[in-house]
Amino acid sequence: MAGAELEPVIGLEIHVQLRTATKMFCGCALGFGEPPNTRTCPVCLGLPGALPVANAEAIHYGLMIGMALESELAPISTFHRKNYFYPDLPKGYQISQFDLPLCSGGKLGEVNIHRVHIEEDAAKLNHAGASGRIEGADSSIVDFNRGGTPLAEIVTEPELGSAEQAGEWLRLLRTTLRTLGVSDVNMEEGSLRCDANISLRPVGTDQLGTKTELKNMNSFRFIERGIRAEVDRQRAIIEAGETVTQETLHFDPKSESITSLRSKEEAHDYRYFPEPDLPPVMITGEMLARASAALPELPAARELRYIEALSLSPESARLFAWRAELADYFDAVCAADKSLDRQLAANWVTELQGRLGEEEAEDSKVTAAALAQLAAMVASSQINQGGAKQVLDQLVAAGGDPAAIVADQGLEAVGGADELAPIVAAALEANPELTERLRGGDMKPIGVIIGEVMKQTRGRADGKEVTALVREQLGLS
Amino acid sequence: MIDRDELLHVARLARLALHEDELETTAAELSSILGHVAAIDQLDLDGVEPTAHIGDVSDSLRADQPRPSLAREVALAPAPAVRDDGFLVPSPQGE
Amino acid sequence: MASDIGALSAAAAAAAIADGGLARDELFEHYRARAAADQLNAFTWVAEAEPGAVDGPLGGVPLAVKDLFCTEGIPSQAGSKILAGYCPPYTATAVANLEAAGAPLLGKTNQDEFAMGSSNENSAYGPVLNPWDHGRVPGGSSGGSAAAVAGGLAPWALGTDTGGSIRQPAALCGIVGLKPTYGAVSRYGMIAFASSLDSAGPLTRDVTDAALCYRHLVGRDSADATSVAFPEPIEIPSSERLDGVKLAVPTALVEGEGIEPGVRASFEAALETARGLGATIISCEIPSAPYALSAYYVIAPAEASSNLSRFDGVRYGLRVEQAHLDEMYTETRHDGFGAEVKRRILIGTYALSSGYYDAYYGRAQRVRTVVAQDLASIFEQADMIVTPTSPTVAFGLGERTADPLSMYLSDLFTIPMSLAGTPAISIPSGLSEGLPVGLQICGPAFSENRILSAAHALEQAIGFDGSVTWGSD
Ligand SMILES: [Mg+2]
Ligand SMILES: [Zn+2]
Repeated sequence: MAGAELEPVIGLEIHVQLRTATKMFCGCALGFGEPPNTRTCPVCLGLPGALPVANAEAIHYGLMIGMALESELAPISTFHRKNYFYPDLPKGYQISQFDLPLCSGGKLGEVNIHRVHIEEDAAKLNHAGASGRIEGADSSIVDFNRGGTPLAEIVTEPELGSAEQAGEWLRLLRTTLRTLGVSDVNMEEGSLRCDANISLRPVGTDQLGTKTELKNMNSFRFIERGIRAEVDRQRAIIEAGETVTQETLHFDPKSESITSLRSKEEAHDYRYFPEPDLPPVMITGEMLARASAALPELPAARELRYIEALSLSPESARLFAWRAELADYFDAVCAADKSLDRQLAANWVTELQGRLGEEEAEDSKVTAAALAQLAAMVASSQINQGGAKQVLDQLVAAGGDPAAIVADQGLEAVGGADELAPIVAAALEANPELTERLRGGDMKPIGVIIGEVMKQTRGRADGKEVTALVREQLGLS
Repeated sequence: MIDRDELLHVARLARLALHEDELETTAAELSSILGHVAAIDQLDLDGVEPTAHIGDVSDSLRADQPRPSLAREVALAPAPAVRDDGFLVPSPQGE
Repeated sequence: MASDIGALSAAAAAAAIADGGLARDELFEHYRARAAADQLNAFTWVAEAEPGAVDGPLGGVPLAVKDLFCTEGIPSQAGSKILAGYCPPYTATAVANLEAAGAPLLGKTNQDEFAMGSSNENSAYGPVLNPWDHGRVPGGSSGGSAAAVAGGLAPWALGTDTGGSIRQPAALCGIVGLKPTYGAVSRYGMIAFASSLDSAGPLTRDVTDAALCYRHLVGRDSADATSVAFPEPIEIPSSERLDGVKLAVPTALVEGEGIEPGVRASFEAALETARGLGATIISCEIPSAPYALSAYYVIAPAEASSNLSRFDGVRYGLRVEQAHLDEMYTETRHDGFGAEVKRRILIGTYALSSGYYDAYYGRAQRVRTVVAQDLASIFEQADMIVTPTSPTVAFGLGERTADPLSMYLSDLFTIPMSLAGTPAISIPSGLSEGLPVGLQICGPAFSENRILSAAHALEQAIGFDGSVTWGSD
């Protein structure tokens, strides 16, 4: 294999906490940040004799996700028990789905979906240090507040070709889920969690190499960096003529290092069997109609609308549609000034996002109204590109009103024959040699003249206007 | 029918300690039961669907309405070990 | 009146209270005192005073409840050391329903650990003795409930039946036990053995008491997704005839090996009685019956292995302290569970494990389908199926403990109905060698009214006298 060029094959497994009022199988209210063990009941504590009853709203959300991902929806969906012991799993099994998931197949963007199923979340295990009960024993504390939160597990086909593509697609998925309103999709709070299956194969083949599983990455940045690090690690192993071992890995974003999650790889045998406490769920026409009626405009439709109705460039349309927050911000900018050219508004939103990095535009100091005002000032030539960028820098840093910043700092465009003609004339006069060359038709020195004018106007002149004035004053056509 | 290694594997999955002096008799008992249970092999089950749930329940879902949770003291009362308002356990190994 | 209190059936006691002839607290105290002086080891907990009974149609007649029903603030140990002293924060729906109907909790009854057993010798709290002969077992797993009723320590009791655990001890103790249609009684708060088979039902002195209790047990419970509404009210039976009723006898099954001659004789006498009441007796076959036992001993342990995983020493119950998590789990479960429970956990884990699932669990579930079909086709030709409840009368303490398989055979006649989820009742059909013999009557799903009616007619005609045991202990 050594020598052949290798390409990554990446599949994603995403756990999404659903934003229902109550847990998956009991009536405990969902919460985030409540004092430990204050959101529990016999069911989610796994007390003897307690029984699960499935939350209709979680099934409804699952159907909405399936519809958004163009999945095939099961007419009958069953729950299974996935048996294993862990302190965060109160019953000794997780109620999940196995052979009849709610949604099978589907597609989002260019990536095929394998399946979507519904299950319950585990509780939270916090490390506590020495137990104090037995010498040398290390201990943990379990908080069952999160235990039993409804999850949708979305599994893609292994089709993603790079860390960047995985990150970009995950943003689209997040936007889709956010738009559906089925989840908070907050990676920091753990309502969206992502595992990646990664393997390498020689370019152009369809054989699959040994895959590793990178667990629980909790930000877009870490996902991309983690996948990149794991791809590099596997590439180094293969190029050294060794073989990759199948294992579960953890990426530490601080040290950029990858470690094996289980010291001794235990053979997993989950002993799945149909959950006898839960009858099969019949998906009725009524349930489907309700889910379908609840579907909002999804990213693909939004992208198309931006191109067709707003005449945005395909690049801007996709950028916004795949990042709902940005699209919402763009919509707000357009709403603030209905006469604004949409593409111009789009360009300034893009310009702003470029300065923000991971931060969302709506969370920045730049209000949609301020950005609309800035774009309008550019459109009416009250300010030129360079000046506008200076204003934007200041808005990002400290917020404020663009008109006031312009007035304060004298950033108005210097334009019109009255104001600019004498400055151009002076610049020509100060450079007789270059003026002669220009008069002779050699336009190369025009940059120097423009530079001189910009210097005099502190960047507030428009380059095109200066060029036109030079031609006019020198009698060039 | 079930040998020592298989027995230990199953006991490991079930998180049941089997002490050395229990292995032999346990293996013998399980083998005898499994031998009896193997009688089901004689029944022709071609084309027979499995029954996981008996009886028909159509409307088994629950409305998404919160109910009161247990007070924390009540939840923690039966726990063998408690610290910082949670259930104290030995840490899982390898993490 | 006080000296006659113990002679009253639950229904008669309720009536006596209603017409003012008997004081409710007098009734409670009569049974409380007897239960507290328990010589049968039938109780694991007895109330200290009447818990302030609710007015209701059950008239304040106290109720004994199998230990595996959760009762708020009261020990609910399921016969297991792993739950020693455990007091749940909630009450099982079945118990709450009977309490709300006016049956105050008298005490919790001993049982085979997690309902696994047919002799009540698998209890961490010691074996229960049969009131007919203290050297014999009461049957199981609801042996404490059966012995308490038969011994006159409780007017009636709640039990559970997974493969015969109400019917078989009822038969061995000479009382009435009803295993309902699966789903008719809520399982919420019943500590699970095998979820797809478990049913809660009454153990009573007579069929009328069974109907009265059952009337308040049934109903859809939103906390149990597998529970269903009973399609009609439960009637108090009054029939004394069986005219037009067709009873089917699975000939090969009841003529097979292992059935005691005295049991067979009592069964045949009961069939004669039925004929005399106008019933037609036909012969039928349950071809899958021999396989039903095997399927049961795969399905029940498989579900149990998963249901008992929650006993891990983390949130409640016994913990054997260890420095490492896995040792804490394995030693806690080693010490907390008894031998039979561990055996079934291992069998069940094996049957579900990778490579064996299809051969064991998958096949057993298919057998289940065939058993249900076999019974359904009999019910196309007959109203009910009748068999002896148990192939033997009560056997001696310790007689079968060494051989788990011989113990499993106790459930030969009761298991097909458990797999099919159909209701069945056991009533006393007479004595063999001075010990009670049970008759099982089984019908299709939700046929409880018809079963109770037929059982009532037979009970009247048979005239079995159980007072020899409930008069004393
Ligand atoms: Mg999952
Ligand atoms: Zn809960």
